[in-house]
Amino acid sequence: MDKSMSISEMVSRLESGMTIGIGGWGARRKPMAVVREILRSDVTDLTVVSYGGPDIGLLAASGKLKKLVFGFVSLDSIPLDNHFRSARQAGSFETLEIDEGMLQWGLRAAAMRLPFLPTRAGLGTDVEGLNGVLRTVTSPYEDGEVLIAMPALNLDAAFVHVNAADTLGNAIVTAPDPFFDELFCRAADQAFVTTDRLVTTAELGGMPGMRHHLVERSCVTGVALVPFGAHPTSSGPDYGFDFKHLKDYNDAAFPDWRARYVDGVSHDAYLAAVGGAEKLASLPLPVF
Amino acid sequence: MTYTLAELCITAAAEAWRGNGEVLASGIGLIPRLAASLAKATFEPALMMTDGEAYLVEEPVPLGKRGAYIPKVEGWMTYARVFDVVYRGHRHAMTGPVQVDRFGQQNISVVGDYAKPKAALLGVRGIPGNTINHINSMFVPNHSTRVFVPGEVDMVSGVGYNPARLAGGRSDRFVDLRLIVTDLAVLDFGGKDHAIRVRSLHPGISFDQVQAATGFPLEGRETATVTPAPTAEQLHLIRDVLDPHNTRATVFKENPPGDRREAA
Repeated sequence: MDKSMSISEMVSRLESGMTIGIGGWGARRKPMAVVREILRSDVTDLTVVSYGGPDIGLLAASGKLKKLVFGFVSLDSIPLDNHFRSARQAGSFETLEIDEGMLQWGLRAAAMRLPFLPTRAGLGTDVEGLNGVLRTVTSPYEDGEVLIAMPALNLDAAFVHVNAADTLGNAIVTAPDPFFDELFCRAADQAFVTTDRLVTTAELGGMPGMRHHLVERSCVTGVALVPFGAHPTSSGPDYGFDFKHLKDYNDAAFPDWRARYVDGVSHDAYLAAVGGAEKLASLPLPVF
Repeated sequence: MTYTLAELCITAAAEAWRGNGEVLASGIGLIPRLAASLAKATFEPALMMTDGEAYLVEEPVPLGKRGAYIPKVEGWMTYARVFDVVYRGHRHAMTGPVQVDRFGQQNISVVGDYAKPKAALLGVRGIPGNTINHINSMFVPNHSTRVFVPGEVDMVSGVGYNPARLAGGRSDRFVDLRLIVTDLAVLDFGGKDHAIRVRSLHPGISFDQVQAATGFPLEGRETATVTPAPTAEQLHLIRDVLDPHNTRATVFKENPPGDRREAA
């Protein structure tokens, strides 16, 4: 059993109109190499579920989005992503804007193969009514409380980036926060992992290192070795985010940026263009 | 001892957490974070705080470059756990809304029409879940009618005391808004039916000034006190321990004094 594949193979599994989930959070541990590969593909009309960072700026600016399911889009140290903002202000994609915890709940419901999970989050706000999708449910018990029924966010595919993995699909996240990558994998028909290091199973950590194990391998479809695959987002504790690159990206005219870093640019060429592996390995970890 | 407006806002905002005990104090943004840190370092040591990422710390982590300082870790607080804390109600967050209305409803999503907004901001983040599950306060650095809007905010991201929106079996029992600290005053929800009231005016600021900068009627004209000046101990902690690089000086244009009568 060998699940190793390239990011091109991963993206070739996508079809236009699919719903995909992207792991990470803001400018942290985003599978950015895959996102750039999606930009180079013909796939379009995507519904994307994300705790959004530059992944969403790129997909929005290149017209790949049919719909965005999100709680926020932010570059962390740079609060607002200009490319996301322009596309959002032009009304160029639909939105299901929900509380961060509702997004977790939607993934959890999908992971549990349930139609919805109840929550108070969103009640009484414009999240409840604006999108026309969300319904409420009344507790069948004595309290009779009305709650939002957060629908399952079933994903056709999910992409996450990890610190290390083996070819079986066992992945390790040693970053301070694993975010919701486990749920993205569980909620998806096919989950794809990009990894900074591809190692043997024995090298993954054993006991107690295996406490960093992301999800059982039955939930992982493919693994690609992509060193610095999260750049320009961080992949702690191995490398921090590239603040200067994120700022350049945010200030750039999108077509110029795309021509320079996406179109016809292999991952190796990309790494050279952004300063080379040695420089990226020395990017300081962020201090919050 | 002279002090800046930023320092006054930090000490005033720290009061939000007084008496809270063992809750996660989440100060989002520079002033709220320093305020939560000051509260924990002085009168509310039981507060829980993070290093700004994913670890709980025994003492507040100083802002900015830390030099040789190593955070004193006491636990783990990933985003998944933050949500669990939210649901359990053990949290008091202070956040920075873009708009606030007379109900205390706040907006951080978009300004203008929702489908084609004039300004797309962050998105609702965790504000819907926060405001219906635990204690919340706010910090507004630019008290004006653009922030404190008449009617309702453009996109209600956080709930307030608006019975019309929490009707028909929706429970408001965990809604608990405390303070709104601004560059002009400290507001609370102690008016009639949780109406927003001026609790204290910053030195040199009049009630009329605050009212003129607010898009709805305020209570508290007769009862508002003057926001107390920071003590020497508080200033020492802010300046030498919690914010040694003086990042707070960047919050307000030209870093004005906290007592506006000095500026006049």
